Amino acid sequence: MAVATAARTITIAEALNESIRLEMRADPKIVIMGEDIAGGAQVEHLEDDEAWGGVMGVTKGLVHEFGRERVLDTPISEAAFIGAAVGAAATGLRPIAELMFCGFLGSCLDSLLNQGSKLRYMFGGKAMVPVTIRTMIGGGFRAAAQHAQTLYPMFANIPGLKVVAPSNAADAKGLLTASIRDDDPVIFCEHITMYTMKGEVPGGEHIVPIGKAAIARPGSDVTLLGVSLTAVHALKAAESLAEEGIDAEVIDLRTVSPLDEETILASVQKTGRLVIVDEANPLCGLASHIAGMVASRGFHWLRAPVGMVTAPHSPVPFSPVLEDAYLPNPEKVVAAVKETCAHAS
Amino acid sequence: MNLSQDELRSMYRTMVSIRNFEETVKQAFAKGHIPGFVHLYVGEEAIATGVCTALRASDTITSTHRGHGHCIAKGCDMNSMMAEIYGKATGLCKGKGGSMHIADVGKGMLGANGIVGGGPPLACGAGLTSVVTGSGDVCACFFGDGACEQGTFHESANLAAIWNLPVIFVAENNGYAQSTPATYHCAIENIAERAASYGIPGAVVDGSDVFAVHEAAVEAVKRARAGQGPSLLECKTYRHHGHFEGDQQTYKDDLYKSVSQGKDSIRDFRALVTQHGWFTAEELDAIDREAEQAVEEALAFAESSPVPQVEEVTSDVYVSYP
Ligand SMILES: Cc1ncc(C[n+]2csc(CCOP(=O)(O)OP(=O)(O)O)c2C)c(N)n1
Ligand SMILES: [Mg+2]
Repeated sequence: MAVATAARTITIAEALNESIRLEMRADPKIVIMGEDIAGGAQVEHLEDDEAWGGVMGVTKGLVHEFGRERVLDTPISEAAFIGAAVGAAATGLRPIAELMFCGFLGSCLDSLLNQGSKLRYMFGGKAMVPVTIRTMIGGGFRAAAQHAQTLYPMFANIPGLKVVAPSNAADAKGLLTASIRDDDPVIFCEHITMYTMKGEVPGGEHIVPIGKAAIARPGSDVTLLGVSLTAVHALKAAESLAEEGIDAEVIDLRTVSPLDEETILASVQKTGRLVIVDEANPLCGLASHIAGMVASRGFHWLRAPVGMVTAPHSPVPFSPVLEDAYLPNPEKVVAAVKETCAHAS
Repeated sequence: MNLSQDELRSMYRTMVSIRNFEETVKQAFAKGHIPGFVHLYVGEEAIATGVCTALRASDTITSTHRGHGHCIAKGCDMNSMMAEIYGKATGLCKGKGGSMHIADVGKGMLGANGIVGGGPPLACGAGLTSVVTGSGDVCACFFGDGACEQGTFHESANLAAIWNLPVIFVAENNGYAQSTPATYHCAIENIAERAASYGIPGAVVDGSDVFAVHEAAVEAVKRARAGQGPSLLECKTYRHHGHFEGDQQTYKDDLYKSVSQGKDSIRDFRALVTQHGWFTAEELDAIDREAEQAVEEALAFAESSPVPQVEEVTSDVYVSYP
């Protein structure tokens, strides 16, 4: 399959596929594995175009180009294959493994908590674990408590792991490429509702560095910070706030760990107000961490308490009315911004 | 066969109720009335039915993402089941769990499970409770061929063996885990052979023969209740529909499709019991109509039920908090 050299509008799923395809062409040490990421293992002729390519179709066509040797369907044995990806990374491959839903972390936690994240440190810097774990996060699909979680704070809490979560198609391609090339283990979080979102994506090689937040919209009155889908919510909220005369600056965090503290602080210095939007649970979460960081490093710039729009401290409910109430959305962000802006400065 | 007329009737009613329920869910899903994911049990009815008719009310079961059939066979109320699948306040779990977490602890149904391999450790726990309290109850643990490759299955089978727990591990081998054939994901042909490595009995049965499943389950339950520990029962079966609704099933080969189409536990049951003169076709048709009506009623109940109040988002997280 030819990959375009010029920018064009494609979906996030296509952008991810393109990144993997280009990297696998360039580096024979890259293998990709996961449940049904090719699909129909051992079924004749399925490689041609009929294979699943993962539950969301992100890896469709890869087995056709790279064969079953490099595109490996796995049994439902997360502990074994995520662990094997870590072991292969430590011994010279550069594997990409798909943990279908981040809730399945429960089935393979040891490989990430005690092995992949710590080998380099425990071995005195003498190991390198260049593995990328792609995993789905987020609600909105009515997938209920075990399949709709947003666990980047849990991953980020583990020293040794990098954690990335793009909000648009161009970043999806660029950050995945950077993750695959990175020499540390990277957890790459893909929001379940965003695969079909379209955006303009550069053709050919495209890299977005890990650890750098983006100013998705410049503004002067208040800083809105989101990541993955909540960055999209923040942008939508900023548009409706603009109609009411509030000029919001939107930071798309892009990487949860390492955290781009400087970009956040520079924005808060400019606006004096901060509202953080985070789909994860709040206790010991991303929003509270950033609020704490800003309180300790940028307290003097704050003109109002830091606003936080997060999920509540509960699992994700199934029923659509409940899930909608559970999740952050642009309306909740607008309300939080108004509250923050109502504080006298 | 030592099954009474009543037991036979109830077996048949359970199988046709499951079939009807699932086909109704399929249609409702296609119309966009059901949120989220649904995984249908059509083709596998004889397993839940054969096993659960070997259990008593106080026994427990653990289930899977494909759990509606297990629920019905364990006696869950179809109205509340359908309401749960619709996400309504009147659902078995108040609409908070949905198809993949449908449960009724009071009925000994310890939950469908969104985690493949989530059930076996829970089943060991239920077995331990039985041993410690002396209740004599057993736990039937349903799981798919795909789940047999999870560490939790192997660890649980061993744990149940060394602790002599009253657990019946029921592998529903429908030949696929999503799009991945069991011939690829499993190193051996018969999952039941793994029983040897835990020192427990293992048996393979035809999962579309409700009598064969029932007989094997009765044997395993007898052992478990008598304090002789766990068993592994592998039921060879066929999934008639997609992995989940919406699956195009391009991975199913012609052989699977044709064998699967030829397998129908309900048709076989009808043929056998009418041949023997235990039931007339008319009697069975009457049960069909009852089941159809009950499912129609369940659908109407679900559709007309209210949605949950938003306060429910944060209730039930803890018994008490802070
Ligand atoms: C830990 C975990 N890994 C992966 C999945 C995704 N998944 C859901 S069902 C399924 C296939 C299960 O196959 P099997 O156990 O054979 O049951 P069947 O669907 O055939 O009834 C997979 C991979 C999951 N839900 N949980
Ligand atoms: Mg299966």
